[in-house]
Amino acid sequence: MSTADHKGPADTKAAYDARWQRILDCVALKQPDRMPVAMYATFWLATYGGISNRELMYDYEKTKEIAERAVLEFEPDAVAPLVAGAALGPIFDAVDYKQLRWPGHGVGDHQPYQYLDREYMKAEEYTDLLRDPTGFYLNRYLPRIFGAFEGFEQFPVLPGAFYFRCITALRPLAHPELRKAVLRVLDAAQEVERFMNHSAQWNKRIASLGFPIMNGSNSGAPYDIVADYFRGATGMMTDLYRHKDKLLETVDMMRVNLSKMTIANAKATGNPIVFIPIHWGPDAFMSQKQFETFWWPSLRQMMLDLIDADLIPMPLWEADCTKRLETIKDIPAGKCIYWFERTDMVKAYEVLGDVVALRGNLSPSTLTTGTPADVDAEVKHLVDKVWNRGGNLILDTAFGIPDETPVRNIRAMYDAARKYAG
Amino acid sequence: MNEQEKQLVDWLAEMDEERALELAKRMLLEEGADPLRVLQLCRDAMDIVGKRFEAGEYFLPELVLAGEMLETIGAIARPLIKHAPGEEPKKLGKVLIGTVHGDLHDIGKNIVSFMLDINGFEVKDIGIDVSVKSFVDEVSAYRPDVVGLSGFLTLAFDSMKETIEALEKAGLRKDFKLMIGGGQIDETVRAYTGADAFGTNAVDAVNLCKKWMAETV
Repeated sequence: MSTADHKGPADTKAAYDARWQRILDCVALKQPDRMPVAMYATFWLATYGGISNRELMYDYEKTKEIAERAVLEFEPDAVAPLVAGAALGPIFDAVDYKQLRWPGHGVGDHQPYQYLDREYMKAEEYTDLLRDPTGFYLNRYLPRIFGAFEGFEQFPVLPGAFYFRCITALRPLAHPELRKAVLRVLDAAQEVERFMNHSAQWNKRIASLGFPIMNGSNSGAPYDIVADYFRGATGMMTDLYRHKDKLLETVDMMRVNLSKMTIANAKATGNPIVFIPIHWGPDAFMSQKQFETFWWPSLRQMMLDLIDADLIPMPLWEADCTKRLETIKDIPAGKCIYWFERTDMVKAYEVLGDVVALRGNLSPSTLTTGTPADVDAEVKHLVDKVWNRGGNLILDTAFGIPDETPVRNIRAMYDAARKYAG
Repeated sequence: MNEQEKQLVDWLAEMDEERALELAKRMLLEEGADPLRVLQLCRDAMDIVGKRFEAGEYFLPELVLAGEMLETIGAIARPLIKHAPGEEPKKLGKVLIGTVHGDLHDIGKNIVSFMLDINGFEVKDIGIDVSVKSFVDEVSAYRPDVVGLSGFLTLAFDSMKETIEALEKAGLRKDFKLMIGGGQIDETVRAYTGADAFGTNAVDAVNLCKKWMAETV
């Protein structure tokens, strides 16, 4: 029987408070009464619920029901906004999203969505993006990544307009193609509204059952945004040599806007934790010097901006970032959660234990191909080497529950957490 | 190696793209340098890049930029080559590589293909989201010395396992070595899939292939 079946509102409120306090204690570098466990999953929910990935992406109600069932079965101390990360099909359709392949759109019904690494902005366009970011988005970037924006290439260019020119500049909006595009985008916005409401409704319902939502908002590292979503992997890597100055200038511009947007989004949700998945920071992706020049300063500044706004940055350091630990330690103590994917958590604790809360990091290969006993042993290792030595660890998988993970291995993870750490 | 040749190798290895390309073009187009010799200098430079990568001085950006520089020089040099019969440089071995079914990722695979090519292997890259059947058909037709399976997502674990089992069932498995690679690959996954070895970067892949080819000689 699940918690929600037999507890009243007062009990669930108390349970909510106790769980949330565990997370906040970890952030404040105080060990809570027991090691908290966090849940993040996307397509594993389809495995868990016995439906296809396609259904998970398109059926809001089914996705909400399955995600709730998973929360009630495992009782995590905090859970990611699961619906927002999974039920994305209708809004992808609405904008005719071109940066991804998803079930029914280029991959099979049982496959996850996958990003297409491409050059979405040419190196010659850095200057245009820098001079008029909004115009660049409207006239060039959005029409490239969304079919629904086809026609926006003619959207009025406003910088430079003045006096009567501000009126006559509107003329392109009379063009039938642009008018059609604007109407398409207005329709798409309606679907986005529905999606956001489903997500908010699920988050509220889960909180009412006693389970905090881990993070209210998402962001990204400024360098990663430019690399992944504008220049593409090859473009960005060669820009480190060919377009250093423009790259740095653009990353800084992104930082200013990302901080502003992220703070506004987080404040709107009332949840202080900001999830920041990290893509290009890992050891293998650039030299330490490049990391310290091109990558780290803008993310650090953004995290400081968020901390100043009373928010809690939660970067997810993808892949192995062991060599970065000393550098990323340079952040105010007791203000962040660092989630590690493949970085050795014991090493991370030894370097960062007195600076940040830690989150992670059961290995995907053990979870997907191992036995419950293997999972139990990995949890015990983290408890022995991190939690029992005073580490403020929020136990989780390395980067969410891998899609193919057998449910028995997730049970083993939660059971082991309670068995070894309260 | 004369001074000018040494300079080209240095500039390529130092990522001084502008000067390296200008010099290579001058040597090839104005001074009539032997294109095969210039390509050999490129490989020498790439050896240095590979060593610096292994030593932790260079990372992916340098491999990628070196790759682009070599591609530019190669495009100028290759049409200038006048082959005498039997003059084709001998390849170290044949490698067939692809991203397993269900997975569309190719950044890592492309870098591995390029690094193998530049290190003297004949590489057949059969793309992304490659079905089990395509792998079996391609291996059967191409007869590689090494097969490389690439994958970034966790779903690739099962795709790799299925592919390897199918190659086994087709009676082909004993004819080549098999390596796997990708962001989530570790020893647990290697054991699970039945691969001979795994690697986490392009230089690992080159070293594995070189080691295996040395063993078969």
